[in-house]
Amino acid sequence: MSTILQIKNITKRYGGLTAVNDVSFDVNKGEILSVIGPNGAGKSTLFKLISSFVPATSGEVLFNGERISSLAPHKVARMGVVRTFQETTIFRSMTVRENIIVSHHLRSRASLFGFFLGTKQAKDDEAAFAASADDIVDFLGLQAIRNELASNLPQGHLRALGMAIGLATDPKVILLDEPFAGMNHDETMKMVGLVRRLRDERGVTVLLVEHDMPAVMKISDRIVCINFGQKLAEGTPQEIRENEKVIEAYLGSEDAAIGM
Amino acid sequence: MDTKKLLGFAVFLLAVFVLVPLFIGATGRVDFFYTLTSVALLSVGAAGVWLTFYIGRINIGQGAYALVGGYVSAILVTQAGVSFWLTLPLAGLFCAAISVVIGLPILRLRGVYFAMVTLVLTEVARLSALALPVTNGAKGITSIPLPGELSFFGLTIIPAFGSLSNPRIGFYMMAVVLMVVTYLVLWRIVNSRLGHLCRSLQQNEELSASIGVNTAYLRVLAYAISSFFGGIAGAMFASIAQSIYPSSFVVADSVNFMLYCFLGGLGYVFGPMLGTLLLYFGWDLLSIAKQYQLLVYSGVMILLMLVLPNGVLSLLDKKEGRA
Repeated sequence: MSTILQIKNITKRYGGLTAVNDVSFDVNKGEILSVIGPNGAGKSTLFKLISSFVPATSGEVLFNGERISSLAPHKVARMGVVRTFQETTIFRSMTVRENIIVSHHLRSRASLFGFFLGTKQAKDDEAAFAASADDIVDFLGLQAIRNELASNLPQGHLRALGMAIGLATDPKVILLDEPFAGMNHDETMKMVGLVRRLRDERGVTVLLVEHDMPAVMKISDRIVCINFGQKLAEGTPQEIRENEKVIEAYLGSEDAAIGM
Repeated sequence: MDTKKLLGFAVFLLAVFVLVPLFIGATGRVDFFYTLTSVALLSVGAAGVWLTFYIGRINIGQGAYALVGGYVSAILVTQAGVSFWLTLPLAGLFCAAISVVIGLPILRLRGVYFAMVTLVLTEVARLSALALPVTNGAKGITSIPLPGELSFFGLTIIPAFGSLSNPRIGFYMMAVVLMVVTYLVLWRIVNSRLGHLCRSLQQNEELSASIGVNTAYLRVLAYAISSFFGGIAGAMFASIAQSIYPSSFVVADSVNFMLYCFLGGLGYVFGPMLGTLLLYFGWDLLSIAKQYQLLVYSGVMILLMLVLPNGVLSLLDKKEGRA
């Protein structure tokens, strides 16, 4: 197994507040790695640092050995590290299919001017995007709502759409931001299956931030636990479950939540 | 569907190039040529404003680019003796170039903050025109010669306007051609990937960046195209009026450009064109209200925005929705 993403001593300070403090871990190619931690532990900041949406105070992120932490977000996406957002972040006044098609931008070979003129390359690109969008619609089981306006969708579907948008960019690593938040058990299990298929069928390395402990335990190959911006523990679900520091961070009453 | 669109386009061309001149000829109201020329040119500027709306920015600064475009053309024609026909694209390109420099920093702003900066731009342009030596201060640039002949390899495309018996028809035709070309370009932008990306920008810039769109570049590109339209419209105006002053385009004009877009509909390519026509004629018609003209006008505008927040063209959508 080879390392695809290396997070090296990354630190983010906002004024006097240290949101992420000297966190390091590696992500292996083809694994599903979850980042967990209590509220305010710095998970979301860590995600933004990896996708380069906020600049790091110090430390760096390497993708296949190349430094990505100082690049503009669209360049990081171009290299294949793509983040998804929580459900409200979609193109609201486009249909599901339009959302997915427009997100194929990175795959276009024609220039914007070429698209304006409608060159052959541009037409080929558009046809390829449409075919691939239909493919993604099928993959995520969104056939019934493909022509629905995104702003009309219920939460569960929005989450799937967010993933579809991420998939359209043809990512090597996908960062999922709380993919199970606000879902009931059945929906969560469906989503767990979907994330697995993402990795198994499309070969995407998955990095996710999540609160839902049973789901995290079920889905993850490895887990990184952070608290107060620092890495607390790293290991398999079994190791994390038995780690005393982790249990302490979740403070007794939450033991049940992490499946103890 | 496509044949229907083509037919509609053909009818439109027939109307503006044949029926309108015939109608004006029959009624003898030659002053309408001037009015309609203004409408056509204002709608070119409004098309630019509409495009900045399309990337999610409220642009109240088109007057600045119209003023700059007018001066560029006027200065080149009067001081360097350049043909007007060459100054037309040059004015547009000059405006596009400065809009890149201005846009790079200010396009990072969103919402009301961007709107306020653009509002100030118009005033900056006016004050610059007053202060700079090349613009001749408050006296402006006057007696700009009418456009000369445009010919390629001895073949006359457009005759010199001075030689025409009725240069007003010439200007009308020229303005309408400009308008048609502008809206074709705009239509093509909106219906190509470029437009789809602009829409993605309008709806969520962060998500747009996360799917790999170079949002900064796209914003500046759209703004530059917008300013190009503003510049050529201004250049044409200066040429028709044969003069340009610092007060030729003021804040009120910038606001009007924005209102044209609002009135026509921000979701429709041809919205600003219709908006310009309605507002320009609407204002004139309201002159019967005498001193209450502005009051009635403002009241109607507020009412329209309440009742039809998506513009006049959204009426068509509603009809289709019911059927």
